[in-house]
Amino acid sequence: MLVSLTEMKTNQKGKVAGIGGGHGIRARLNAMGIHEGVWITRKNAQPLRGPVLLEVAGCKLAVGFGMAQKIMVEVLE
Amino acid sequence: MKRIVLMGNPNVGKSALFARLTGVRMISSNYPGTTVEFTSGKVKIGPEFMEIIDAPGTYSLEPACKAEEVAAHILPAGDVVINAVDATQLERNLFLTMALLKFGKPVVIALNMADEAHHKGIRIDAGRLEKILGVPVVETCAISGEGIKQLAGRLADAKANSFPHQDHERWQHIGNIIQQVQSLKHHHHTLLEIFSDLTLHPATGILFALLVVLACFQVVRWIGEGFITLLLDPFFNVVWQPWLMRLSGVLGPDSWLHYLLIGKLFHGQINYAESLGLLSTGIYVPLAMVLPYVFAFFLVLGILEDTGYLPRLGILLDAPLHRLGLHGFAIIPLLLGGGCHVPGILSTRMLESRPQRVVTAMLITICIPCMGQTAMIYGFLAGSGALGPFIIFATLAVAGLGLALIAKAFNRAEIPEMFVEIPPYRLPGFRMLSLKVGLRTRQFLLEALPYVLLGVLIMNVLYSLQVIKILGNLAAPITTGILGLPADTTASLLLGFLRKDVSVGMLAPLGLDFKQSVIACVVLVMQFPCIATLVILLREFGTKDTLAILTIMFIMSLAVGGMLNLLL
Repeated sequence: MLVSLTEMKTNQKGKVAGIGGGHGIRARLNAMGIHEGVWITRKNAQPLRGPVLLEVAGCKLAVGFGMAQKIMVEVLE
Repeated sequence: MKRIVLMGNPNVGKSALFARLTGVRMISSNYPGTTVEFTSGKVKIGPEFMEIIDAPGTYSLEPACKAEEVAAHILPAGDVVINAVDATQLERNLFLTMALLKFGKPVVIALNMADEAHHKGIRIDAGRLEKILGVPVVETCAISGEGIKQLAGRLADAKANSFPHQDHERWQHIGNIIQQVQSLKHHHHTLLEIFSDLTLHPATGILFALLVVLACFQVVRWIGEGFITLLLDPFFNVVWQPWLMRLSGVLGPDSWLHYLLIGKLFHGQINYAESLGLLSTGIYVPLAMVLPYVFAFFLVLGILEDTGYLPRLGILLDAPLHRLGLHGFAIIPLLLGGGCHVPGILSTRMLESRPQRVVTAMLITICIPCMGQTAMIYGFLAGSGALGPFIIFATLAVAGLGLALIAKAFNRAEIPEMFVEIPPYRLPGFRMLSLKVGLRTRQFLLEALPYVLLGVLIMNVLYSLQVIKILGNLAAPITTGILGLPADTTASLLLGFLRKDVSVGMLAPLGLDFKQSVIACVVLVMQFPCIATLVILLREFGTKDTLAILTIMFIMSLAVGGMLNLLL
């Protein structure tokens, strides 16, 4: 099932299927290791549309809500 | 002279590595973006000296913020690149490494934090990595100094363009490399990792943040007061005072030198707060009233920085701060500004957009008193209990919120989103921490002492030349009319341009009542930046934005001061 990072549940795993948005945002995510085909784990999210936390290749990142909405992830049911 | 550039992701220990290589003492912390401008030093490699430049951390060669721009700008100037790589995050770090290998400058890789990787059960075959990438790979631990000599020794073997590849295939190559060189032993969650989750959990995180802030305030007060009552006041009363009195006897109470060095006597005694002599008030204010709190603040801030708590605080506060038009990470410059405005404004470079930087710098200069001011405000209002400081800080906080919202309404630019790496919690090391606190405290003393002495001197000269009276009369419509302050306060308000802590001190001899004291303190905080802050503002933001900030400051200080005059 394809969902955005913001729709994932805490500690759910998935494979990044695509990233929306322009070249700049894709390049920045790419430089930090978020690119198509990589496995990520969604961690805590902050309330009030705050940053979403995730783990990729053993590294913990915080991603703003709007940016997180653009990261599409293939998750298992 | 050949030039080495030190490049790497943020928070991989470049500054610590730089310090090890050059012997130059540097400030390093546990959050991405501690170094926002470059520092250079010299290092002797074999027979020859080389210049080495510590660049701000960057994730790629396509810059996303001012600090990354600086890094990308420095790179072409280097002859050799030392690529500092965090061994605990090899996979992500290799992305920049690949870009550097392709850039065309000879590269050597420092596989830093090798010891921490070991603890985490991460094994990296450095020899294998060296073969695959075609450049020297040296395991280092910048904190302990291990591997630094070997690193310097391998600089001669650096190679350029050793790993040709297409950009879009980079992660694929990295995946292959990781499979070949890295093995992970399964490890259980450590206590620090569980703690990390708790401090980022929406419910427990906010509770913890409140506790941390309260604890920090208490500890700063406790350490500062401890120093004053146990060490500094006894020294100034028992040792310094008799010496000054002897000097006073020699000079004679009516001489010009007595007036300059010791100042007025009250009932034949020196009053450190009000005598206004260079050797009495001029020394006592910076050393015995401000320094203890500045030291305590830097110590507590240093611990916060080195544990890695600050970026977590930024993440927790991101949503509320966005509603004020700020990025969550703006909390770091704002906190630093509570110590001294200069490093606070410099650290706005970690923010991505220029409007963000200008607004944050403006909030720092207008609504955040530096530690020197805070200490003096507490000292000045000590007689009237906690009410005075409370009114002052509450007023500043409300003004800050209002200003942020006004700036947000005017600011069309979008607020950049949070996108940041969360560093692991680390226990602060004594050596690094004491070095950092020492460096910052020394910097404070070097800047504060001359300006405070100069301020006291100018004040004395102006008083005796009657200039104060003239200025006071000229500004009376504003000071007396709007702010309700006696005309004499004009001089101390103007002196705030030199240093704000000393100008709070200058209020003491004026005999202000409670209401006037509160208003004078608020106006002093908001009115205009001290000279060091002004220089930094001009350098960072140029004349136009600095003038805008100055205008807003002046208007705000009068509006808020006038409002307090009506309300209190």
